[in-house]
Amino acid sequence: MATEAIAAPATATGGPERRRGRGVRGDENVAGWLFVAPVIVILGLFLLLPILMALWVSLTDWNGQGSPFTSKVPFVGTDNYTRLFTEDGLARRDFMTSIRNNGYYVAIVVPAQTALALGLALVVNNRMLRGKAFFRSAFYFPSVTSSVAISVVFLFLFANSGAVNALLRLFGVDGPQWFADSRGVLHLLLGAVGVDSAPAALAGGGPFGLSWWEWLSGPSVAMMSIITLVVWTTSGTFMLMFLAALQSVPVALDEASTLDGASRWQRFRYVTLPMIKPTMFLVLTLGLIGSWQVFDQVYVMSQGDPAKTTLTPAYLSYRTAFRDFDYGSGAAISFVLFLIIIVLTLVQRRVMADRDTDRPRRARWWRRRVPEGSPS
Amino acid sequence: MTALTDRPPVAAAPAHHDRRGARTLATRILGYATLVFFGLVFLYPFVIQLGNSFKTEPDAAANPLSPIPDPLTVAGFERIFTGTNFPLWLGNSLLVTVLVTLGRVFFDSLAGYALARLRFRGRSGLFAAVIAVMAVPGVVLLIPKFLVLNQLGIYNSYAGLVVPLLADAAGVFIMKQFFESIPVSMEEAARIDGAGVFRTYWSVVLPMARPALITLTILSFQGSWNEFPHSLVSVQDPDLFTLPRGLADLVSGSLGKGTQYPLKLGAALLATIPVAVLFVIFQRYFVRGANEGAEKG
Repeated sequence: MATEAIAAPATATGGPERRRGRGVRGDENVAGWLFVAPVIVILGLFLLLPILMALWVSLTDWNGQGSPFTSKVPFVGTDNYTRLFTEDGLARRDFMTSIRNNGYYVAIVVPAQTALALGLALVVNNRMLRGKAFFRSAFYFPSVTSSVAISVVFLFLFANSGAVNALLRLFGVDGPQWFADSRGVLHLLLGAVGVDSAPAALAGGGPFGLSWWEWLSGPSVAMMSIITLVVWTTSGTFMLMFLAALQSVPVALDEASTLDGASRWQRFRYVTLPMIKPTMFLVLTLGLIGSWQVFDQVYVMSQGDPAKTTLTPAYLSYRTAFRDFDYGSGAAISFVLFLIIIVLTLVQRRVMADRDTDRPRRARWWRRRVPEGSPS
Repeated sequence: MTALTDRPPVAAAPAHHDRRGARTLATRILGYATLVFFGLVFLYPFVIQLGNSFKTEPDAAANPLSPIPDPLTVAGFERIFTGTNFPLWLGNSLLVTVLVTLGRVFFDSLAGYALARLRFRGRSGLFAAVIAVMAVPGVVLLIPKFLVLNQLGIYNSYAGLVVPLLADAAGVFIMKQFFESIPVSMEEAARIDGAGVFRTYWSVVLPMARPALITLTILSFQGSWNEFPHSLVSVQDPDLFTLPRGLADLVSGSLGKGTQYPLKLGAALLATIPVAVLFVIFQRYFVRGANEGAEKG
């Protein structure tokens, strides 16, 4: 930034003699706005304006006919929102079911992808192994492919006569009919110990119109296949983040603790883990933010079925608007989801900002190329 | 922070005990076993996809795990090109991807340069807005985007498919950070020689920005080639479907009777190939992109 003070550059029209005149600054003022204008127009028109329009629509009963901005469209105030939370009915049941489904999804996806990503990064970072570059690419490749194309592959893998069930048969296990199976995993586990239906205490009375028994279903078998797909596709990206962090851990530190007689686990627990804590936090929060947005996979693989057990808020908002033509309710669901994600994002940015003031800013990737083998 | 290069193996210490040697060997074997196991977990689904796309339908149903088609047939691929709109989707995807990539690289770098270098009123406010926009999750924009496209009269058109994607906040952020990292001296020389702002940007700054431009090109290509939700809410005419949209349509049952997995897997395979080729050639830029994601948080 200091360079700008001495820049005061000349312009084609001004010539060197006008270098310090007001014309130059005026010139940059105009040029600056011209340079950012296309981005402002596109993001303003297709991002900010639409959000405001949707906020309006979420207060109406617009059914998709004509323009939502005429006086003919009934204004309903906050009805679309209150119906999601306080009125007993199908809208609340579906919304709360989608929150439950996505909640279980997050509770499994985030820890699983974080653990897998860290594990893969540790193996790929092992100094004694060769051919790591190949495996690093192999682990990362699913992350860059099309979510739709990869969902098609997993539909085949988890089909009734698909590869996963064929694999299970090799071990003598009869696989389930993945995408037709709406049984909750927790219910199945309880069933294994003899609890096959809701005990009296759980049969009714849960919050927001679902019984306790319904809240405690766990993810359905169908949802488990989507969870598997997502963990499989996202781990590669997070592995790269862990890998970058691991490579910034000084080798000398690791060696010193080895000489001090620390075991492998102790070195991981007391040397490596504290050093990569910021990345761990980043991966966890990015995972939390991302996994509340699951949509493509649900659209392609299950459309919310079976028995609404793969319904998520993102998919429910789409379906409510574009299939049931209840754009007001759909938009309201979007904004509740928006709120959930924004809160998670703000928490993350707050904590990351605290960290940045504690320590010098991390180098950016184009400056990261330190000579090979040198501890950075 | 080092680049993601492998460190050279550490030379074995001379005073190795036998026990430690044995343990090192065991660790290595375990390490390789883990690598190979997860290598299979991550790559075998693609092998299955490839193998089964050349199978007959009964064969795919009977031996889904086997990568070897028996008998080998290209009937699935023939039907992709004769029985579906695949060629049309491919054309649409190419058009959208090329336009969106060109637009993003040009507009994002222009804005990134202005935010990094030019002094104009409102600059810091604008940058804060860019950061804020990056936090807006894509899936909550489904209905909003449909509303605005509908209102502007470009719903169900190529314009609706392309224009909203022509700029993205993350790209602006990447370019701004890059421009701040390169020295100003060259630009100053050009400006003193009498070059205008745009001229300086175009012929002095952009050539220096090659690594960032390549990263942005690749991220944009990959992003727009794979883009699904936007095509879902911007068009409904099957003639305007892109590949992901067409694939999703195939799966949801537009094919008629039978599961027809060989055909679906083949179509998904063809849709994956361009990004896969790009990945193999420009891998390190993908890696940079991923870590840039980490930076922006």
